Amino acid sequence: MYRILFNRYQQGYRTSKYPKTKIELPPNYRGRPKVNPTAESEVVKECIQSCPQQALSKKHLDMGRCVFCGQCAEISKNQFVSFTNNFELGVAKAQDLQTTGEIPDLKLNGLSEKTRKEFKKLFGRSLQLRQVSAGGCNACEADINVLSTPFFDWSRFGIQIVASPRHADGILVTGPVSKNMQIALQKTFEAVPSPKVVIAVGSCAISGGPFWNSEEILSGVDKLLPVDLYIPGCPPHPLTTLHAILSYFSR
Amino acid sequence: MSDNYEFYPLTEGQAVSLPCIPHLHFYDFSNEVLSLMEKGASIVHYFGFIENERKELLLILRMPATDSTNKYKLLAAIAYAPSEYLAFTVNCKKFHLFERELYEEFKIRPIGHPNLKPVRDHKEHDKDKYWQLLGPAVHQVGVGPVHAGVIEPGHFRFNCVGERVHHLEIMLGYQHRGIEKLLASLPVSSPRFPIIIEGVAGDSTIAHINCWSRAIEGLLRNGRHDASLADGPTNEISKDEKLLKQVSIIRRVALELERAANHVGDLGALSGDVAFATPAAYFGRIRGEFLNLLLLLSGNRFGKGLIRPWRIRYIPTADTLEKIKNKIEELIPQIKNVGKHLLLSTASVEARFRGVGSVSKSQAYELGMVGIPARATGIGYDVRHSFASDLLTEVAGGKVTPVRISKSGDVWARAELRLLEIFDSLSFLKDILSDPQMIAYMSYANGASNIGSVSGTSSAKDRSCYLPSDIPPSSLIVTMVEGWRGELSHCLITSDLNAPTFLRYKIKDPSFHNWPGLEQALRGEEISDFPLCNKSFNLSYAGFDL
Repeated sequence: MYRILFNRYQQGYRTSKYPKTKIELPPNYRGRPKVNPTAESEVVKECIQSCPQQALSKKHLDMGRCVFCGQCAEISKNQFVSFTNNFELGVAKAQDLQTTGEIPDLKLNGLSEKTRKEFKKLFGRSLQLRQVSAGGCNACEADINVLSTPFFDWSRFGIQIVASPRHADGILVTGPVSKNMQIALQKTFEAVPSPKVVIAVGSCAISGGPFWNSEEILSGVDKLLPVDLYIPGCPPHPLTTLHAILSYFSR
Repeated sequence: MSDNYEFYPLTEGQAVSLPCIPHLHFYDFSNEVLSLMEKGASIVHYFGFIENERKELLLILRMPATDSTNKYKLLAAIAYAPSEYLAFTVNCKKFHLFERELYEEFKIRPIGHPNLKPVRDHKEHDKDKYWQLLGPAVHQVGVGPVHAGVIEPGHFRFNCVGERVHHLEIMLGYQHRGIEKLLASLPVSSPRFPIIIEGVAGDSTIAHINCWSRAIEGLLRNGRHDASLADGPTNEISKDEKLLKQVSIIRRVALELERAANHVGDLGALSGDVAFATPAAYFGRIRGEFLNLLLLLSGNRFGKGLIRPWRIRYIPTADTLEKIKNKIEELIPQIKNVGKHLLLSTASVEARFRGVGSVSKSQAYELGMVGIPARATGIGYDVRHSFASDLLTEVAGGKVTPVRISKSGDVWARAELRLLEIFDSLSFLKDILSDPQMIAYMSYANGASNIGSVSGTSSAKDRSCYLPSDIPPSSLIVTMVEGWRGELSHCLITSDLNAPTFLRYKIKDPSFHNWPGLEQALRGEEISDFPLCNKSFNLSYAGFDL
């Protein structure tokens, strides 16, 4: 008992005040990209050609394909693409993944006013999610798990991961949907009572991620299920996920 | 035995030309394999590939050195593959999964194999083909593939009498993304390589990217005759040498951070499984601190994007390194308090951990287990010692992490070892980060501009982002790293074309050795002990399924 109290005293209060207080991520962190369409065309061409994820076009970066490796920023010395340390990346519509650096505000572009009211009436202040890992590398899963630990503690917003799809309001999918997980994912989705949301977390779940073009995967959740919220990153920083979910369901 | 049948002594991290490896007839190969296994060899790789339209088998073994120095040597041989043969598994259980994989991929049938099921291919999998215990009181419990928490998918089939588990069978493959096939289809200089390798197992990102980077470096060193990195001038510390030191030190620092993060996370999960919420919460938070250190170092919480052949992409400033050191110094007493003085000194925790999920040393040896689960039974095998070819050992002069072993092989032993290894890693990091010489190497900033000449693709532009395309043909290299789960290894074989592709890019996550160990650990235990056993092993699904 004494030891528990001693540790409690030593550990102190660790939960972040986010979103009331802003959190600054370190400068190396590669968050929201910024594309400069007026960059020198030689450099642009080189970046596009060498992008391992084929995520670049002359004017846009596809955040769904991008794994934020930062190679284009390195090649172009930040002239064509640069990565800011802004972690707010979630979008509700697939076309918004194509970005120049501007991302529509999820609070305005997430749920419609009507759905938002209905949602609030149905779920109140709680959101119960079922997580399905469908062929990822376990990094996304790990950074979702972290949201339940004391620092992020998303249960203070009423968000919880539940053990059964029957208890859930939606599913949180990670991984490119391997063919071997297709049936399990489909069944889990069907077992969630309507209305329900589908959230695709990580570049795999959005586009197949590093494994694009493999025969063993479907290359993204939206090949199988209707996706309501896309959270880019490889893996998304826990704050990216937290921000996207809070804004999407915000009242 | 005639010299012709002898296996080739391979050096970890050094490429050899493929024709150097003896190509044996299967009969000779088979005899030699059985005799080597009897002498105490363990498998590092055993897989098939196609050379000149001919199916061949490559076996790489590790053999304890004859003196008692804890060192191992590698032995390799290639055999012309028969369409079927008497399964090695019959005499040596270590081959169990390797032969199943071989059958799945190349249809080479090991006759007499006790459980010839597919490993990852679900199309061929007969759903009802699980081991089944018969009897009136026997019931089966099936769990997964989707689990109750945020965990990767896998199917567990328990044969129970009452609460007691008589047999557990684990069916994996749900995370199969076709990585090896994908890698073999790409040109060797494809920019996709590091991205895919970093996605083999996210929690072992650093270990996997280390293996790949060192393999590429080793292949190129072999292919070139000009002064390369490893054998540069020794009379003065050249730029290249500084660069090489920087690369090795930071790789090792990242590897130890990864180890500490995951071991801390596991201890938290174990606390959660015995319903001890206090340490579970604290360990969860402390794990995040380590991930944040990796974020500080690399811009990614798992270290993705940090390590590439010959270079570190984000060179830390002395200030960053100071911050990391201070954080580690702050965390050590906290981990001691939560781990040693709270979790492992609580009687009810000890009662749950001790004697549960035991694997004996002989079982662990028979199954070919590696890493913590093997060391927990008393097998003192650690790649960091047994294959200490890493330049860092030389640079760090005396600073090494000890090999920790325990005897009981139960959940307690695995938990205790994790805690010990955390402290070992952290004091190692503290030593490195307090040494001004090390700091100077790590923050050596002229590295980037130098890369062009090193990788042989010098041009006016900074070509540092590109991978070399002049990989030598018909070569083989094996690299090994002690990841936090154990021996992790990549084996690359290039084709005989002038612009070669990989005939085979084989990845072996330590989990491949250890999943059968988990099945063993649960025999005769209560089904409610499964979470505890599972977490104490904490094996990778993604790394196994590829």
